[in-house]
Amino acid sequence: MTENAPERKALERVGTQPINWRQRFKSYLRALSAIVWKDLAAELRSRELVGAMLVFALIVVLIFNFALELDLRTRGTITAGVLWVTFSFAGTLGLNRSMSIEKDRGCLDGLLLAPVDRSAIYFGKVLGNLIFMMIVEAIMLPTYSILYNVNLFQPGLLAIILLGSIGYTVVGTLLSSMAVQARTRDILLPILLFPVVLPVLISAVKASTGILQGFEWTEIMPWLNMLIAYDVIFTAVAFMVFDYVVEE
Amino acid sequence: MIKVRKLIKRFGLKPVLRGLDFDVAQGEFVALLGPNGAGKTTFLRILASLAKPTLGEVWISGYRLPQQAPLVRRTLGVVSHQPLLYGDLTAEENLRFYGRMYDLPDLQMRVEEGLNIVGLYERRRDLVRQFSRGMQQRLAIARAILHDPGLLLFDEPHTGLDQDAAAMLDGVLQDVAAKGRTVVMTSHDLARSAGLASRIDILSKGVIAASVSGSQLDPVHLPGLYRSVTHD
Repeated sequence: MTENAPERKALERVGTQPINWRQRFKSYLRALSAIVWKDLAAELRSRELVGAMLVFALIVVLIFNFALELDLRTRGTITAGVLWVTFSFAGTLGLNRSMSIEKDRGCLDGLLLAPVDRSAIYFGKVLGNLIFMMIVEAIMLPTYSILYNVNLFQPGLLAIILLGSIGYTVVGTLLSSMAVQARTRDILLPILLFPVVLPVLISAVKASTGILQGFEWTEIMPWLNMLIAYDVIFTAVAFMVFDYVVEE
Repeated sequence: MIKVRKLIKRFGLKPVLRGLDFDVAQGEFVALLGPNGAGKTTFLRILASLAKPTLGEVWISGYRLPQQAPLVRRTLGVVSHQPLLYGDLTAEENLRFYGRMYDLPDLQMRVEEGLNIVGLYERRRDLVRQFSRGMQQRLAIARAILHDPGLLLFDEPHTGLDQDAAAMLDGVLQDVAAKGRTVVMTSHDLARSAGLASRIDILSKGVIAASVSGSQLDPVHLPGLYRSVTHD
């Protein structure tokens, strides 16, 4: 494929071409961690993204708290639904903002110009979004526990929240990369995201309800398996298609 | 360094580039002029591997686009009218971030060198959102040359700059071009382009309609040539 060998000498000036797979993998991880570091450092300064997610999540929980006057038994059945509605709505805000930051100043082009496999950019953004979502969840869980007098600090429930959040951010980051190219990106993301992420939300709500109501694990496992399968399948799909999604 | 043959780019049914041929030798500074909508930015985005051609051949540094895009990306630096910088990071943090994306060795040394070249070393710990437009463009150049690319692509780098900032940017552009790098710059400014470039190509209706170099780069005669080529 190389047309003119002497012109390749220009490459020698760069001196950064990975020599083997191990080095290539290290470059991949370095790029991925650079994106996560960049997102966290920028957020630490501006507090725009997590701040907005958190305020929105608090408002949603408060609205539910005052709108639904519930007895103790009913509270147990709706807690999982309220939690996942809160997480997913707040998550949409975060996903939109996270990609807007890349698009508004042309930074997405800057990332795409880097000589790194584009999946590193995708997974870097996924990790960043997941961390932001988990920060919001870490604050919302005790808040919800106090407001509704429900113990949410159960290992099984925390594992389901982690798996659900992974599925949500894996799909959400991919779709927000798509939506950010459109003028109507703010309204486009929820329209694209919620139908695709519905299996995650259903299985997360069912599994969480099972844990909170003390169901047998045999009843919870099918939902948990579905959650794991969704995470694995959509991570693989996103890995394969991200390059095409960001291509002009 | 760059060889383009019969390049066609369509957006839907609308053709933007219509069989464009273009050659640039190592070390040349080529200014690409043309009216709005002539396809300058589209062409530069194809050279930068950010857009795919509909038809035609594009070779950079001996590698073909888009098939060998990752190899091409190592050899080029891009400055557009947007700074491609993060406002909530400092100048130094922005360069360190891009340096890590390119997996550069001796990163701290390169970052300091880049900041010195564009005269922003003293402001390295300031947030980019506090910078003027001119300072952001200078930092964008530092970002583009951080990995020491052989080819630089500038897409209207003077957009939005006042006279002083534009003149300072000219100095930086001349410095980075003087180090044997190949430069392709799109612009609307005939006089400025004539002062900087070794060749001016005029893009009109999706093809290179005129090319002038050497003694023909005369700011007095260029406007007439530009008008005759673009107003046909």
